[in-house]
Amino acid sequence: MLIKDVICPFCGCLCDDLAVEVENNKVIDVKHACKIGAAKIRGHNRIEAPMMRESKTDEFREVSYDEAINEAARILVDSKRPLMYGWASCLCEMMKKGVLLAEEVGGILDNTASVCHGPSALGVQEKGIPTGTLGQFANRADVVIFWGCNPVQAHPRHMSRYSVFAKGFFTNKGRKDRKIVVVDVRKTDTAEMADEYVQVNPGEDYKLLAAFRAAVADKADVIPDTVAGVSKEKIVELAAAMKGAKYGIVYFGMGVTQTRCKYKNIDIAVSLTTDLNAYTKFSIIPMRGHYNVTGAGQVFAWETGYVNGIDMSRGVPYYNPGETCSNDMLMREELDSAFVIGGDAGAHFPAQSIARMAKIPVIQVDPFHNPTTEMANIVIPVKVSGVELAGTAYRMDSVCLRMRKLVDVDFPSDEEVLDKILAKVKEIKGVS
Amino acid sequence: MSELLIKNAVVYDPINKVNGEKMDIAVKDGKIVDSIGNGADVIDAAGRLVYPGGVDAHTHIAGSKVNIGRIMRPDDSRLNNKPRTKITRPYTGYTVPNVYAMGYGYAEMGYTTAFEAAIPILKARHTHEEFEEIPIIDKGGLTLFSSNWMVMDAIREDDLDRVAAYVAWGLEASRGWGVKIVNPGGGEAWGFGKNVAGLDDPVPNFEVTPRQIIRYLAEANEKLNLPHSIHLHCNNLGKPGNYTTTLETFDICKDIKPKRDRQAVHLTHIQFNSWGGNHWGDMESKGDEIAKYMNKNDHLTIDMGQLVFGSATTMTADGPVQYANAKLLKARWANGDVELEDASGVTPLSYHPESYIHGIMWAIGLELALLTEDPWKVLMTTDHPNGGPYVNYPDVVTLLMSKKKREEAMAKIADLTFERTSIATIDRELDWYDIAIKTRSAHSKILGMVEYGKGHLGVGADADIAIYDLKPDETDSTIEYEKVKAALRRAAYTIKDGAIVVKDGEITATPMGRTYWVKSTAPSDAHDRMMADLKMKFKNYYSVNFANYMVQDEYVHNPVIEECGYA
Amino acid sequence: MKLDAIFISGRTVNQGVNLENKSSTAYFDAAGYCEMNSTDAGKISTDPGNNVKVTTDFGNVVVPMRICEGNPDGLIFIPMGPWANAVASPDTAGCGMPGFKGLPATVESTDEKAPTMPELMARLK
Repeated sequence: MLIKDVICPFCGCLCDDLAVEVENNKVIDVKHACKIGAAKIRGHNRIEAPMMRESKTDEFREVSYDEAINEAARILVDSKRPLMYGWASCLCEMMKKGVLLAEEVGGILDNTASVCHGPSALGVQEKGIPTGTLGQFANRADVVIFWGCNPVQAHPRHMSRYSVFAKGFFTNKGRKDRKIVVVDVRKTDTAEMADEYVQVNPGEDYKLLAAFRAAVADKADVIPDTVAGVSKEKIVELAAAMKGAKYGIVYFGMGVTQTRCKYKNIDIAVSLTTDLNAYTKFSIIPMRGHYNVTGAGQVFAWETGYVNGIDMSRGVPYYNPGETCSNDMLMREELDSAFVIGGDAGAHFPAQSIARMAKIPVIQVDPFHNPTTEMANIVIPVKVSGVELAGTAYRMDSVCLRMRKLVDVDFPSDEEVLDKILAKVKEIKGVS
Repeated sequence: MSELLIKNAVVYDPINKVNGEKMDIAVKDGKIVDSIGNGADVIDAAGRLVYPGGVDAHTHIAGSKVNIGRIMRPDDSRLNNKPRTKITRPYTGYTVPNVYAMGYGYAEMGYTTAFEAAIPILKARHTHEEFEEIPIIDKGGLTLFSSNWMVMDAIREDDLDRVAAYVAWGLEASRGWGVKIVNPGGGEAWGFGKNVAGLDDPVPNFEVTPRQIIRYLAEANEKLNLPHSIHLHCNNLGKPGNYTTTLETFDICKDIKPKRDRQAVHLTHIQFNSWGGNHWGDMESKGDEIAKYMNKNDHLTIDMGQLVFGSATTMTADGPVQYANAKLLKARWANGDVELEDASGVTPLSYHPESYIHGIMWAIGLELALLTEDPWKVLMTTDHPNGGPYVNYPDVVTLLMSKKKREEAMAKIADLTFERTSIATIDRELDWYDIAIKTRSAHSKILGMVEYGKGHLGVGADADIAIYDLKPDETDSTIEYEKVKAALRRAAYTIKDGAIVVKDGEITATPMGRTYWVKSTAPSDAHDRMMADLKMKFKNYYSVNFANYMVQDEYVHNPVIEECGYA
Repeated sequence: MKLDAIFISGRTVNQGVNLENKSSTAYFDAAGYCEMNSTDAGKISTDPGNNVKVTTDFGNVVVPMRICEGNPDGLIFIPMGPWANAVASPDTAGCGMPGFKGLPATVESTDEKAPTMPELMARLK
């Protein structure tokens, strides 16, 4: 059976044109996907059964779902400061349950944006975000800037579907209609295919963005001969190209959010984009990683008012990034348990943070064995959302789509596990 | 199911011409009935004010714009916090409340129905995701067609039936209730950072005018026999001198013959479009001119878009307006272009009484309501959260009911306001019957919700009832406005589908409401022409596939579907 | 001989392909290496495939070296994952985001063995 219009559950592109051949409830072919998406849909070795262990240096023993779930609930109820981290590989339906569970146990809800585009959210809080849907950029953008991102490696179909090669209404020649600029600290594969590669010194993006703002405002006289490794001439020339765009778009990635100045880089990148709207139309958009990390921010925002780092211990959501995000809490050794779902803290937090996680009980809900498993005391395997379960996800441009189910499996969904943990938590607490 | 008797109610039910009559209201199985048996639960209203549940025909409660407001404004989410209880989830936010506070806040004021005023079709699934989480109130939404390529291409080819066929499809795709038009054509122009200057300024690259967009959509609306009229946010919003565009826009639908017992066009938050002068320096009110037109014509209705001093989060599909606001105020600016369909923007701001511009805006909203004689023609709204958050409705009601209250407010407002407006000269004070019209009955009538049992208390209506801790016989609303405001802010009882959801201003139960949407149909030949064009646009221009676009049934909880079509 | 360098991490296709296959050798191959240009490799007298030891204020890690001529002098890259994180900074500078890019590091040739993922995690227990 060929299932068409499948939505890829890997990255924030949510390509929705995949065709997947399924025979006898097995995926046998994945068409139109990139290498990463195809690998995800084809599947990998997975955790077959729930597992538990007392000490993290013990071997795991197989347990029943009930035993694992009951123990997970007990840990959460006994914790004063449980972290509930991940969510970006979950469907929105599960996140809503996660918020409810966090309210019930007074947990700290955080998602993978914490180590990804969390600073972008702070930039948006400072300056807003002039943006749009990916089709708008595909149809209109003639100046395309990739700043600190590398879609060839991280979002392989982005360029053909939305940004570079895509042919649109006002861009019917596709690549030929666009000027592609890449700003990065090294010449990436994306930089290789650009019209302009601008090499910025590591950690000096803010300076370069400030220089662009000056050039756009016709104040080139204040720009030194070289800024962040880029010549004044090049800055002035590119600023003119930006102002001369019919529609300009800045795609940015972790090259901006994770480097020095962090959220201030986003603040000034948004300011530059806003400035450019005095001359033409310009938009900016973060390149989101996990397929539904955008959804995690959306769901948490409408449920709690905040996107990540949400402390529920007061009964009302409290948010103070730098205080309530995962790595800050870990480094202060304030947490007394961690519930990791739909995100791999073990693989993506600095080792020193993980060393803190090693000291507290860790519950993992995930289909796959990964570094978090190595740190876990309880492991509860679940369905692969978007392959084995239908539900809602938000594309990097906040367009909401319904993921399809391709095959049936016996594993429970994250949502079922969350429901059962919630029920058990209420039972232990004696609340209805 | 349960039975309920509300005794000794002083009832204002304008749709049924009940004006302050002392009576009992019987409820059975969630509906108003003639009479019930002796076993019913009884609430003794003891002479207190009883209204049909409030209906808000124009508010921004759900979807991508509201949520980017929340994402941008943790400062707002820190306001109005209330921890979870056994019954309620946590409340956060003032101008952009979380989904829970959104539903609870309406219910606490005796409101039971609210319509989201702008759903972009491509992002409709998001709107319904939030609807699903907003407790208690019934919901519906208006779908944007203002700068849609499908609409504009069909208009250019003078194919009205194709416009209608697309509107029918778009309403189904978005699970929408009505046709919303925001700055017609301006959203497309904004795609390249431009705007349209007026009704006859052609939309770049599409060769149709805003006037044509309005006209064709109004005609398509009637061909489809839709329950609501077109719902129009005029061009040139927020610009001094825009009242001339507004008056011209009013005329466009003068000869449209509504298929139903309602207006031909609803023009929304007209306060923002009733400005005279040529620039900020000489800006003045033309609320009187607009009201004069309203008094002479019967084909249209408007809502106030009343300004409330303090914090607001402006959000609209009118992209260029939000850019202008943000630039003027150096405020945070979120823009949200939607491919092939529309634009949008969100900007937080604050209204200050010391500013004569804000003072004039404040005055205009009130002028519109007070100078238009027929209360059915002007709805009370704040265009939540553009003019201010909906939780301030009780305050706006007292301004309409009490000249003394207005004078108290005016004492704090910049003097120039009163040279540029007529508010200080207006003596009219609305009564409880007028307020019932402006806060529920007319909203229901204008939306086409009367036959769905909204906005009235006749037999068969939904038992959505508000009881306020206020005895109309013993309260002088022209003087005791603090008492009125307090009573309206926290209903003594809010009853939803016959069940008590608020008692003494506190939430007591959180049932989930319905979602109303319209399934309409156009002739099959027009539908086929439309589908051919639509499939082409999906193939070439949309970033999502046709098969993944339409909102699925999974997202519409407790749906109520109006089926209508070419009569 | 030690090379003073700036360390960054980032995404790659193969790291993505094996994101849900992290206990495999394929994941090690995809995420357990350090890229630098041939000039820098020459400075520490190492060849592709040989191990290097990367050290920052926050830790050290041994991984095979690969050449990437797109890296400017003094810039080293390890794909995002546990090997990069062994040297990443947990300091969020008060905004929630740890330091994954732009950290001063030293790189040297080594005969030490590169740890597998479980070995790397075991170091933290």
